[in-house]
Amino acid sequence: MADVLLTIKDLKIEGRAGDDWLPIIKGVDLTLHRGEVLGLIGESGAGKSTLGLAAMGFARDGCRISGGEIDFDGIDLRRASEGKKRALRGRRIAYVAQSAAASFNPAHKLIDQYSEVPVLGGMARSKAEEEAKTLYRKMQLPEPDEIGFRYPHQVSGGQLQRAMTAMAMANHPDLIIFDEPTTALDVTTQIEVLAAIRDIVRDYNTAAIYITHDLAVVAQMADRIKILLRGEQVEEADTRTMLAAPKAEYTKSLWAVRSFARPVAPPPQDAPLVSVRNVRAAYGKVDILHDVSFDIHAGRTLAVVGESGSGKSTVARVITGLLPPREGEVVFDGETLPADYRSRTRDQLRQCQMIYQMADTALNPKLRLRELIGRPAYMYLGLRGRALDARIRELLALIELEPDKYIDRLPSELSGGQKQRIGIARALAAEPRLIICDEVTSALDQIVQEGILKLLDRLQRELNLAYMFITHDLSTVRAIADEVVVMQKGRVVEKGPKPEMFAPPHEPYTELLLSSVPEMDPDWLSQLLDARAGKT
Amino acid sequence: MGVLIFLAAFIAVSIPLSWLFRAGLARSLPRHMASVARDMPLTAAFGLWVIALYVFVAIFAPLLAPFPERAVVGTQFQPWDSTHLLGTDRLGRDMLSRLLYGARNTVGIAFATTALAFVVGSLLGIWAALRGGWLDQGLSRFVDALMAIPSLIFSLLLLTIFGTTVLTLILVIAAVDATRVYRIARSVAQGVVVMDYIEAARLRGEGNWYLIRREILPNALAPLVAEFGLRFCFVFLTISSLSFLGLGIQPPTADWGSMVRDNATLITFGDVTPLLPAGAIALLTVAVNFVVDWQLYRASGLKEQG
Repeated sequence: MADVLLTIKDLKIEGRAGDDWLPIIKGVDLTLHRGEVLGLIGESGAGKSTLGLAAMGFARDGCRISGGEIDFDGIDLRRASEGKKRALRGRRIAYVAQSAAASFNPAHKLIDQYSEVPVLGGMARSKAEEEAKTLYRKMQLPEPDEIGFRYPHQVSGGQLQRAMTAMAMANHPDLIIFDEPTTALDVTTQIEVLAAIRDIVRDYNTAAIYITHDLAVVAQMADRIKILLRGEQVEEADTRTMLAAPKAEYTKSLWAVRSFARPVAPPPQDAPLVSVRNVRAAYGKVDILHDVSFDIHAGRTLAVVGESGSGKSTVARVITGLLPPREGEVVFDGETLPADYRSRTRDQLRQCQMIYQMADTALNPKLRLRELIGRPAYMYLGLRGRALDARIRELLALIELEPDKYIDRLPSELSGGQKQRIGIARALAAEPRLIICDEVTSALDQIVQEGILKLLDRLQRELNLAYMFITHDLSTVRAIADEVVVMQKGRVVEKGPKPEMFAPPHEPYTELLLSSVPEMDPDWLSQLLDARAGKT
Repeated sequence: MGVLIFLAAFIAVSIPLSWLFRAGLARSLPRHMASVARDMPLTAAFGLWVIALYVFVAIFAPLLAPFPERAVVGTQFQPWDSTHLLGTDRLGRDMLSRLLYGARNTVGIAFATTALAFVVGSLLGIWAALRGGWLDQGLSRFVDALMAIPSLIFSLLLLTIFGTTVLTLILVIAAVDATRVYRIARSVAQGVVVMDYIEAARLRGEGNWYLIRREILPNALAPLVAEFGLRFCFVFLTISSLSFLGLGIQPPTADWGSMVRDNATLITFGDVTPLLPAGAIALLTVAVNFVVDWQLYRASGLKEQG
């Protein structure tokens, strides 16, 4: 192997909690050679981002590096002055953040932001722009000569993430840290970004630390994989060894998460609970949905799949009445629902509840769990006093949270997975018949995701609930769906029972979606790209 | 020179007092509030106990004051002595007693005005943000029109039309100030109404009153509380300046603003007595702003990293 670029020895990082310092990283070693890609895996809170930032000699506000050595190409980053570290950052070490949309300054054009660091380093502006265009071409961005002159909001999320990577490559750094660069993207977009990142890292022989919680993604990208759990290293091995023969129990459990699946239900006999019939809906003058129809049956799960912009969330808004359709109707248990939620009766509102993607914004941060969960029960079922208290406790027990411990907490005192459970409890409190789950697991780690899916599955069996599951994650669909609707550009492309949907032949778009789901095989990305190149 | 020594002594005394006040609060409050008290800066503790002192004086003025508010008890402009600790004013009324009653009148009216302005302004602002559409447009453009008129001139105009009773004074200043509060409440609430939890509450079928009271207000409270402190100072100064112009609180009611004006001649003789009510205003303004700064600091979330 080539010479060593980065060595971290026995690194300890602490975070401030009130007056105390709690350990976040508890003594981790890391060695990275030139041109090597190291995958860092762990659930949230494992300390992977903190470790990634520490490789730049940086600790977030409220954190401090309390012990250990960080050596970058002979420079001791723990003792280097701020000025010296700043000279390294952006030039020899670069960082690509999870949300490119939040990391770009919306007020400046892409190429202006690209040129900033090279020009500071003494490069002529025109030369910097030329190099930007070369890199944009290498990153396979459309119209590489023009795209730099757009503002961040004028390009798509996947393109933005690639522009961000191009920006990080501007000074041909020796090391790039990728912090979950594709987590927020659709599967189809993810592939393009992954392929672009992998090629450019190879071409420039750049070393990289690739942080993610998605095992299949890291299998495509990394030469070696390191697994972290609560600030400690669990296991480290080269990718193929790790995938073939994981040693630690924790690693095996990570591998097993993807195996959750429930038995296939027999085809429904009863009349559908909800029928969406020939719906056309629009925001302003632009049609978002064209002639969308499907049924949802009691006690069954319908998954609505599609990339962002396909209109799958808009369908949910039509069903809940937030967006009255231009044409078509929503029939609930035999009666047509009023198009606008304001004209629906309280009972109609009660029967259809929603769980949101971002539990952070879906729960009022100033209300305690008692009121968050209790309010629907108070409103719809007229529970008061002791009966209400008992019901809240029952609901907390149902979502596997200890009532006495949690009933008077604020949402900020919960973890991400627990917040999502509260969202579920709030929906259940109304005793609904249909629950719309809008990307409920996509902001969560795999292990937490599995917990939520199992909980939803159990509740469905106990309470005979119907779910409409909106998602772009096909492994979730595989795990939980009974029927699947595939949407693209506001139209239903294909629909049917899950076993049929996952077996060929497919519509071309379904085929594209299915083949884009990363697999654990490290050769998967190369083979897929070859296959697609061969076809066109 | 004497003033400087007095100031130094005042600061030297107020630091340990603030410290003791904070320690006392941290010990006597229930647990989750005690940590807030423990973490507050000394300036905020100072502000809090000064405010508490003013409230105390305002409530117990009749017990604390040695003479009645309006009675002529001596000759004009008596110097400081043992019966009239701070001397008498130009009609021979006891200065200390009027200063104590002034706390009740000036602070009381200022508080009532600010509170009214906040209730009206923030409720309308949040309501406009929640409903949107023509209601928002109508209310906001009306408020814009009111705000285009300089506030002091507008209040002078309204006071000359409606007369200068305490009630009209409160209503007029509250109406003028409510426009500013409306603006802030609306813009804060606009950031809150787009959140998913508001959508969830709407889909639940909640009415406007619940949405405003339980879902939006708690999340808009921090900036509003900070603004309350600032507004309170402005109202205070407005009342004082109106009184100084003769359109505020009417004699013989004791009021700090008019007390400065009435006794201003004494300043030419090197007597500091007329500056005492001005000092009382200044001290309260400083105290309120210390507390406001602390609240702003807490609201901005900086405390997490401090």
